[in-house]
Amino acid sequence: MTAGLIHTQRPSARQRAVSARARGRLARRRAVNAIMLAVLATAAVVTVLPLLFILVHLVAKGASSLNPAFFTHMPEPVGEAGGGMANAIAGTLIVIGLALACGLPVGVGAGLYLAEHRGMWLANGVRFLSDVLNGLPSIVMGIFAWQFLVRPVGHFSALSGGVALGAMMIPMIARTTEEMVRTVPPSLREAALALGYAHWRTGVTIILRTASAGIVTGVLVALARVAGETAPLLFTAFGNQFWSTSVTQPIAALPLQIFNYAISPYDDWHRLAWAGALVLIALILVISLIARVATRARFDTGSGD
Amino acid sequence: MSAAPMSPAVLMAEGPGTVVRIHGRHVGDRVYRGTITFFAVCVPLLVALVGWEIAVAGWPTFRHFGLSFLTSSDWDPVKGRFGAAPAIYGTLVSSAIALVIATPLAVGVSVFLSELAPRWMRQPVGFLVDLLAAIPSVVYGLWGIFVLLPLLRDPVMPFLRDTLGLGKTPFFSGPAYGPSMLAAGLILAIMVLPYIASVSREVLLAVPRAQREAALALGATRWETIWRAVVPYARSGIIGGIILGLGRALGETMAVTMLIGNRQQISASLLAPGYTMASLIANEFSEASSDAHLSALMAVGFTLLVITIIVNAVARCLVWRVGGGAASKPL
Repeated sequence: MTAGLIHTQRPSARQRAVSARARGRLARRRAVNAIMLAVLATAAVVTVLPLLFILVHLVAKGASSLNPAFFTHMPEPVGEAGGGMANAIAGTLIVIGLALACGLPVGVGAGLYLAEHRGMWLANGVRFLSDVLNGLPSIVMGIFAWQFLVRPVGHFSALSGGVALGAMMIPMIARTTEEMVRTVPPSLREAALALGYAHWRTGVTIILRTASAGIVTGVLVALARVAGETAPLLFTAFGNQFWSTSVTQPIAALPLQIFNYAISPYDDWHRLAWAGALVLIALILVISLIARVATRARFDTGSGD
Repeated sequence: MSAAPMSPAVLMAEGPGTVVRIHGRHVGDRVYRGTITFFAVCVPLLVALVGWEIAVAGWPTFRHFGLSFLTSSDWDPVKGRFGAAPAIYGTLVSSAIALVIATPLAVGVSVFLSELAPRWMRQPVGFLVDLLAAIPSVVYGLWGIFVLLPLLRDPVMPFLRDTLGLGKTPFFSGPAYGPSMLAAGLILAIMVLPYIASVSREVLLAVPRAQREAALALGATRWETIWRAVVPYARSGIIGGIILGLGRALGETMAVTMLIGNRQQISASLLAPGYTMASLIANEFSEASSDAHLSALMAVGFTLLVITIIVNAVARCLVWRVGGGAASKPL
């Protein structure tokens, strides 16, 4: 009743002033809204454009310097045109293979443990420390591997580089394994145990296999991340001008070679560095792409069941 | 077929404990448990081993120089004098520059992607940002040497110093060679941006719809919804992402080594070359001839290790808090 009365009355001077102020405030809020949304969009453009520019530049520079000899030839001495990085490509594959051999069993085992012992103090401690390990700078891993594996032996080796990179992979693999094992429905485990499977057979043949696609993805992502690492290899794998596949000897690696060529004063070497960068990124992308395909395969089997 | 419905009953009757004991007696189970426990224990052992090896190697330096190792800027391997202050200063300043530049952009991009961008734009832009996180440090360094440094040397640094008149302040004075604290900070900004953006985006996507709908229903504009309802809810997660980015920036080695100019000095000017802890190790480690020099570099490594562990622990705590704590936080 009162409300109706107010509406029929003419607004007082004070009411008119209040509503004018409200309109003014609304206009200001709308203006702020428009400005800030524009600022956000600008931030997106300002960020994305340089990123795009970097990518295009890398691809263009690398592609123009790349030729078949890059993959088949050895590095040439200064002043000689041409040459390739055959030894560095082989070396990188060997070093990340060694890293995989070190990191995979420990990472998957620790991940399984974390998933099966949730809430226990040891599991919590392991989870926290694997995060600590994940955050350690790669250069620190490098000097650790040097102190632990190079200094006592007396010379650089591919193996010490592989161990440094493998140690970096462990926390990444452990955490993805844990996540993936947790997505396995408990009913699967219960069904296996109910059929009389032992715990270990359930773990290996049911849980690990169900989670395997996800774990493979995680392992590949970790591999892609360490494949481009340079700092841990500076004092471990060290680099090698010659063809070497021995794990106890210094070995060449693409990131090391790119670094050495980039800081050199020779144009020929700069060109090789660009080509090497493109090959390294391509290698990382291929690994990541396989990881994506593996994830998709997992979802396909999941929806098919 | 009759066995399957029966087993839960058996489990109930005898209790789960009995089943576990039966399986516990199995040799395979003991081996399985032992193996995964061993691998799990490897992680703490590895962390302890890394800390121990580096601490032992750096101990002679800490004992000999004490606190002055961290505060002195006299680094002379020939005379056996080691002070890591310029490297510590350079690490902190270059990371600070990186965060100052990268944080607003990264948060802006992730808010834009999660709140404003049309659906077709989210995937490709998100993919691009992820792609940049995958590019190795040494490749950023290569790009920095041949693209960023010439750009800085010619138009950017003289523009900042002379045209904008910033050269009158101590922060932009001196000659512009290219390799500098500013270059290192810029490349670090480009490198940590994808990390901050991807953590922020995930946290923002985890904000419940009701939070936005309630704000909009109260008559808030889009911006007010974002700034007063969505961002505060995700705040501690975003801060965690920023600190994770800081952890990356502090330990980043290759790109910084290639761009910072590697000179042992503390200069207020961002146009002057400097050093970081990581680049100091990368540069001098393989040339270190004396045990004292090696030990000093190990001590630098240990300092870096301690700083990054603290930074990462803070970040993890903040990111974890988002899960439970944020919901009760007042707007």
